[in-house]
Amino acid sequence: MRDIAFGQYYPSNSILHRLDPRGKILMLIVFLVLVFCTNNYYSLAVVIFAVVAVVLLSKVPVRLYFKSLKMILFIVLITSFLNLFYGTGEPIFEFWVFKITLAGINNAVFVSVRIFCLILISSTLTFTTSPTDLTDALERLMKPLTIFHVKVHEIAMMMTIALRFVPLLLEETDKIMSAQKARGADMESGNLVHRIKALVPVLIPLFVSAFRRAYELAVAMECRCYQGGEGRTRMKTLHLHKRDYVSVAIIILIISGVVLCNVFLPQVVR
Amino acid sequence: MSTIIVENLSCTYGIKTPFERKAVKDVSFEIQSGDFIGLIGHTGSGKSTLVQMLNGLIKPTSGKVFIDGTDIWANPKEIRKFRFKVGLVFQYPEYQLFEETVEKDIAFGPSNMGLSEQEIKERVLYAAKFVGLSYDLLKKSPFDLSGGEKRRAAIAGVIAMDPDVLILDEPTAGLDPVGRNVLLSQISQYQKTRKNTVILVSHSMEDVARVTNKVLVMNKGELAMFDKTEKVFARSDELTNIGLRIPQVTRVTDALRKHGINLPSGILTVDKAVYEITELLKKEGRL
Amino acid sequence: MEFITAQNLVFRYIDEDDEQLNINQAKKVLDDVSFTVKKGEFVALLGHNGCGKSTVAKHLNAMLLPTGGKVYIDSIDTSNETEDFEVRRKVGLVLQNPDNQLVASIVEEDVAFGPENLGIEPKEIRKRVDNALKAVDMYDYKNQPPHKLSGGQKQRVAIAGIIAMEPSCIVLDEPTAMLDPKGREEVIRTIKKLNREQGITIVLITHYMEEAIDADKVIVMDDGKVLTQGTPKEVFSQVELLKRHRLDVPQVTELCYLLRSCGVEIDTLCLHTDECIEKLVEVLK
Repeated sequence: MRDIAFGQYYPSNSILHRLDPRGKILMLIVFLVLVFCTNNYYSLAVVIFAVVAVVLLSKVPVRLYFKSLKMILFIVLITSFLNLFYGTGEPIFEFWVFKITLAGINNAVFVSVRIFCLILISSTLTFTTSPTDLTDALERLMKPLTIFHVKVHEIAMMMTIALRFVPLLLEETDKIMSAQKARGADMESGNLVHRIKALVPVLIPLFVSAFRRAYELAVAMECRCYQGGEGRTRMKTLHLHKRDYVSVAIIILIISGVVLCNVFLPQVVR
Repeated sequence: MSTIIVENLSCTYGIKTPFERKAVKDVSFEIQSGDFIGLIGHTGSGKSTLVQMLNGLIKPTSGKVFIDGTDIWANPKEIRKFRFKVGLVFQYPEYQLFEETVEKDIAFGPSNMGLSEQEIKERVLYAAKFVGLSYDLLKKSPFDLSGGEKRRAAIAGVIAMDPDVLILDEPTAGLDPVGRNVLLSQISQYQKTRKNTVILVSHSMEDVARVTNKVLVMNKGELAMFDKTEKVFARSDELTNIGLRIPQVTRVTDALRKHGINLPSGILTVDKAVYEITELLKKEGRL
Repeated sequence: MEFITAQNLVFRYIDEDDEQLNINQAKKVLDDVSFTVKKGEFVALLGHNGCGKSTVAKHLNAMLLPTGGKVYIDSIDTSNETEDFEVRRKVGLVLQNPDNQLVASIVEEDVAFGPENLGIEPKEIRKRVDNALKAVDMYDYKNQPPHKLSGGQKQRVAIAGIIAMEPSCIVLDEPTAMLDPKGREEVIRTIKKLNREQGITIVLITHYMEEAIDADKVIVMDDGKVLTQGTPKEVFSQVELLKRHRLDVPQVTELCYLLRSCGVEIDTLCLHTDECIEKLVEVLK
């Protein structure tokens, strides 16, 4: 149960799992841009095709994808519904003050398909990349930012430690809650103010413990010769493999597909 | 009258997930009022789940718990009542301290019971006395106490609710020998004075042997043994098979018996062993 | 060859909030502590909570510096601050709470943390991490997150994290205090194995007397001072002294001691169960 809060990583051995995480992050960004560049149904079809292919390639159960879609389904429905009435031109259908135009329908379809694609593609990244790999890749990708005095190593170290301690603190919260309940703390009933008050006996020990842990961890890190990012090496080095180059080639194909469709095929009425 | 009756109690975590795990399987027993029970078993044997079912913190998947003849889950809205009746001190209880002063922290339980100011005050003083916290510590912040004092303050917080049954999960964990001995004799003293039921969950057979009169042994979620302390520790081979360690002195006297030396079984403390051995020698006229 | 030399070590704890207090009035946490540890030795440091054992531990890897006296690690004076990292590379410190000393959320990455800090080549780190995990029997768990492990396993990972830095000495500050008997046994077995097979000098700080009976040397501390030191046999034979300072002796030692004071003829005080059984069979038969 606790693993839900622990990223959405789904361990498997698909080709997507094995791709270089840096490449995956960059490809995600390219994809996101691409989704918003589509301006007709042909290019949209290319993107949908690519997304479906990626989802299938990930070997992650499709129901997990549905789960992440379900969370935003409501927002998507509302926005596309509003978009439906938000178009100019000849109305196809008219009722009282509502006018539905072809442009409105197109808008609604584009908005919802784009959001769905965004969610699916970013879920693929989190499903196929472990949180540690993600942190690691982000650190390496952000490395050039050090010239702007961004503390890249420190940020990455904080993320690593957070990943390590989140499950621990969740467990501890459970434990402290039980302990206070055993002393008769009532956390299940009462109004909002009452419930917030009831959290004090849980939050204070939790903070105290978090600070104690932080202090001890700092001592332990110093004992292990930690002195910031300078002069530090990494055990895992990332190498680009053939599969990474192939994936780049495929991405370029998809980009050109979208661009060609956009340029040579008729635009949609918006 | 018996205080706790447990009938076919089971608890399964994560039902219908890949992580489904039976923590407690079909456990039944009866604890008489005034018993000092030791609950032993190694990590993951279901001890913690079991004790949390006794005070209604965990709802059993099946089976029933009766406290003084009442099924505690008969009316789920009233479950808090049983948490006052069955006081549970968790492992490392000092991590639950949160109030500004020790006094207020100990008062947390009693005030949740809705007692009057006067009663709460009396309860706090009486609980502090039992665990040997001097009154001048009561005005201090719990975070300024030493490790051992924090532990005792936290235990006082449960004793102050004046429960009929007191359960302590590993109360001596992490303490040094002095702290361990002092705390153990305080608990023992408390049980003798109040004459209520105490359940001591522990890894330390030495501790259990010293203070309890009955022992419950859990193994892989099942009740492996439940008997008088001497009788349980007399079955040292079985205990070792479960992966539990019997007191060193018991291992010695058991081995001596196997060598044909006429000592009684179930010698649990050094003093008892010394007594039995010297008696034996005196009987044989060698001392 | 002495690996660790503590010479008349004094440490006063200075409360930073209290400006009035000058250093000579501050309470002495350590008072004239002297001892030596030879290369490859297994030394147990015993005492109550608050007797100063943890403070000693932190002096051995220059996390704390002496207020008076000296600590030498492999002839390096720890008060020479430029040598801090050299000292910490030679003496690894394992702490009590296994949860609060693991940094990464994957076992092998945590073990790599130390060598990474030392700036070692990636290939060499890989080799060291694998060897360290094998040395503590945790190789099969290298891709697990620490929070799924038992206390004893986590503590072994913490030890692996130190071994990967290839220290000559490991100081363990009550590594078993928070573990169940099984975890305690795992950790002690691991420590003994490292001492025996890799010749790593071990300083084990504990309050469990039975963990000290196999040590080469036992140092007992009370109230910031060294109470007594010597072989386990020499130290635990002083039952009266230890009892007077409210310290325990192993149950069998106490049994022998009490029997002897009742007039039973037992020539030596036993430390091990088997030894005690043998002796008593001899006496009682």
